[in-house]
Amino acid sequence: MPYVANTDENRRQMLERIGVGSFEELLKDIPEELRLKKPLNLPSALSELEVTNLMRELSEQNKSSLEYVNFLGAGSYDHFIPAVVDQIISRSEFYTAYTPYQAEASQGTLQSIYEFQSLICQLTEMELANASLYDGGSALGEACLLAHYHTEKNRILIPENLHPLYKRVLKTYVSGQGLKLVEVAHIDGQIRASAVKEKIDDQTAAVVIQNPNFFGVLEEDIEEIEKLTHSSGALLVMVCDPISLGILKTPGEYNADIVVGEGQSLGNRMSFGGPYLGYFACKREYLRRLPGRLIGVTTDNRGQRGFVMTLQTREQHIRREKATSNICTNQGLMALAATVYLSLLGKQGIKKVAELCLQKAHCTLEKIESETGFKRKFSAPFFTEFVLESPVAPKKVIKAGLKQNLLAGVDLSQFKMGLDGCLLVAVTEKRSKAEIDGLVSFFKTQSQPVSKVKSESKGEVTV
Amino acid sequence: MSERLIFEYSSPGRTGYSLPESDVPEKKIAELIPSRLLRQKENRLPEVSENDAVRHFVRISTLNYHIDKGIYPLGSCTMKYNPKVNELVARFPGWAEIHPFQPEETIQGALKLMYELRNYLAEIGGADEVTLQPAAGAQGEMTGLLITKAYHEKNKQSHRNKVIIPDSAHGTNPASVATCGYQTVQVKSCANGLVDVEELRKLADNQTAAFMVTNPNTLGLFETNVSEIARIIHDAGAILYMDGANLNALLGITRAGDMGFDIVHFNLHKTFSTPHGGGGPGAGPIGVKKFLSDFLPVPQVEKKVNKAGEETYYFDRRKKNSIGKLHSFYGNFGMFVRAYTYIRQSGPEGLKDISENAVINANYLLASLKEYYTVAYDRTCKHEVILTGLKQKAKGVRTADIAKRLLDHGVHAPTVYFPLIVPEALMIEPTESESKESLDDFIEAMIKIANEVDTDPELVHSAPHSMPVGRLDEAKAAKDLNVCYKG
Repeated sequence: MPYVANTDENRRQMLERIGVGSFEELLKDIPEELRLKKPLNLPSALSELEVTNLMRELSEQNKSSLEYVNFLGAGSYDHFIPAVVDQIISRSEFYTAYTPYQAEASQGTLQSIYEFQSLICQLTEMELANASLYDGGSALGEACLLAHYHTEKNRILIPENLHPLYKRVLKTYVSGQGLKLVEVAHIDGQIRASAVKEKIDDQTAAVVIQNPNFFGVLEEDIEEIEKLTHSSGALLVMVCDPISLGILKTPGEYNADIVVGEGQSLGNRMSFGGPYLGYFACKREYLRRLPGRLIGVTTDNRGQRGFVMTLQTREQHIRREKATSNICTNQGLMALAATVYLSLLGKQGIKKVAELCLQKAHCTLEKIESETGFKRKFSAPFFTEFVLESPVAPKKVIKAGLKQNLLAGVDLSQFKMGLDGCLLVAVTEKRSKAEIDGLVSFFKTQSQPVSKVKSESKGEVTV
Repeated sequence: MSERLIFEYSSPGRTGYSLPESDVPEKKIAELIPSRLLRQKENRLPEVSENDAVRHFVRISTLNYHIDKGIYPLGSCTMKYNPKVNELVARFPGWAEIHPFQPEETIQGALKLMYELRNYLAEIGGADEVTLQPAAGAQGEMTGLLITKAYHEKNKQSHRNKVIIPDSAHGTNPASVATCGYQTVQVKSCANGLVDVEELRKLADNQTAAFMVTNPNTLGLFETNVSEIARIIHDAGAILYMDGANLNALLGITRAGDMGFDIVHFNLHKTFSTPHGGGGPGAGPIGVKKFLSDFLPVPQVEKKVNKAGEETYYFDRRKKNSIGKLHSFYGNFGMFVRAYTYIRQSGPEGLKDISENAVINANYLLASLKEYYTVAYDRTCKHEVILTGLKQKAKGVRTADIAKRLLDHGVHAPTVYFPLIVPEALMIEPTESESKESLDDFIEAMIKIANEVDTDPELVHSAPHSMPVGRLDEAKAAKDLNVCYKG
């Protein structure tokens, strides 16, 4: 075992200093009947060479986006990641450190988180951001809990076009506090202010709006929804793809109270859904209820600038049952990746990525509509993702796509959102014209309606 | 020494990215999106060159202490060595470049890994079924408590609204209890550092939903009466939950399930060597006994074998009483890859060896330092030992000062002022990865500081002296709050 340094001789010397004759004597406080009498039933040990080969073989049973052209989105995106990002997050100075409990020995981590908070504020135009949460779904859960604690109200209005998995996570997160989630129906893919008006009341703690929403569509009534929300004493919580904020109107400009979202797009690998990071930004007035860690600037006893964890009295290790959240370990390294990514892209690059996504997605849809039997489901403006009505059962399209090394889209039938027979397609800046043309030609071959599309679901909601 | 902020390298027109020009015909943005939906304000992100960015992040990285530099004995954090092979294999494109919504036939390797890892953890913890979904220990606690709640509700016991925790518990325990809508009831620890079983007996009643306890507890002591505790809790109709933060002491020696625990959480970033990342990502899978299986989050990976004997792995969503989802997708998958690699490389004997050496190392520190520092509970410990700075405090030097002075001696400080029931606590967890020489260096530093307290207390008071920054003013950070660069 290469990870244990003590030799038999070391152990003998150490046990001697401890004053026992054998290791067994150190286990006297574990009652005999509780002791495991046989070795754990696990595969026997492998050498580094063997385990590397095993892991390579196992990983090759997956088809990666290096082999398949990826048009999947729905909360995880195949964006370009500059080489610098992996180089920096692979430095052991960062990845083998822990939560900066000793600030003087953790200035690198602390400064990078301060920069992360600042970059998130710059991107969202909000006043305050924390050091990260687990992912987009749990960040939304924390946002709604904050709204509940702040307003002391129990109803949360959620849009029907919210990411269905965020909805499920949110439901779990607020179940402990018994909050009521009330869904606002979409009309042609968008949430109308009139629909919010119908559902909002003086017991509403928050109104959630996702923009771009799960269908990739942009919401057009946010200004009105903001007025409705605030005039009834609720908080406006927005869920945003951070890349989209390179060009789209920001939550700060919409006067949102809280914005959360999935930060994977910012320099993190798709990695089968995790580790990602939830980002969380809000107005300054919610500072005392902010979940998670917060880094602030201070000075040392020599007058130099330095960084520390601040306002820790909000947190579980100080406040215990009165803490604003139970989060402790968050997604530090993923937040570092986002920090490096946003620093490199900067003011011009973030716009450029967003514009490339926008242009490529629109070009793709235009070609699909003019050349294939696939039809756009919603006519509203969209960013980089769109819903297609498929002439053939989506499951069949997806299966046929695999034969051509294409991940053609996400089958929306699985979410029970009334979109059976539809595909969600995402086009990032990485997709080349040739790849887009490949998708379009493939859709052409799938455009002969076979029989009536049948719903594949059996009454269960997926994932 | 301090390093500029990334924003202070910014200069208009400078770029640090290299993106292709569009190869599709472009339209004016206003033709695609109504202008009222577009950003009105120019974004304020910095404009820096790639070289400046690289230097900046490399420079700040060197201001960090980290495991690859030396011992990092934070108690209850299990800062063990992070094997490099884990990092290598986790970056294989077959793991890193797969999308969570790929069809199952294209992700058989990932599903197999998840299936096998959950079964390995079940075997290690003596649980019947494990979910990998929680993203960290605290989320694992929340998962376990929501399962507890759902179970009681199903059995028409929703009046049970109290969760008992020891006064030595991690802060996440009571915070998770509150998040789940429960009330915390605290049970005292005895003079010997173990849960006061008689008081627990009085507290456990038909209002009790669960008892959450860490074992070995946060004092590094094995709860010897755990079987009696299990009887009391189960007789009261409540659930027994083990916080697995300290599992590194028990691998292959004893198992949570065999001790009577109904739920146990695992910290892959502690026990199973996945890196702590400067504060995450972690991973906090939980294991349960069979009667709670149906409450676990979905989806679960299952295996089917056809007549030809071919194995296929798939997502199963058939848990009627599932509490739902905790994570947007399946959890921190990249950490699963690393933990799986670690378990396969260790094997059953290797895991036991890890725990044996973790326990020997902690007891060696105890034996070597008890002459110089007061020991909170002078008895055999498991993977960590709690010293106190009481002797030194009597001489006017606080434990916080000792911690800062350790940094000058080139070692990271232990966890301090926790557990809360030990005044001036120094909670030291060396882990199995430290050699005797490394422990001897730590011991020497601790003894030197004990001497400095007598000979030059001011030196200790004003530490650290050799770090990139001196003692930082935490009060000022809170008072003159600056948590976002305004530029």
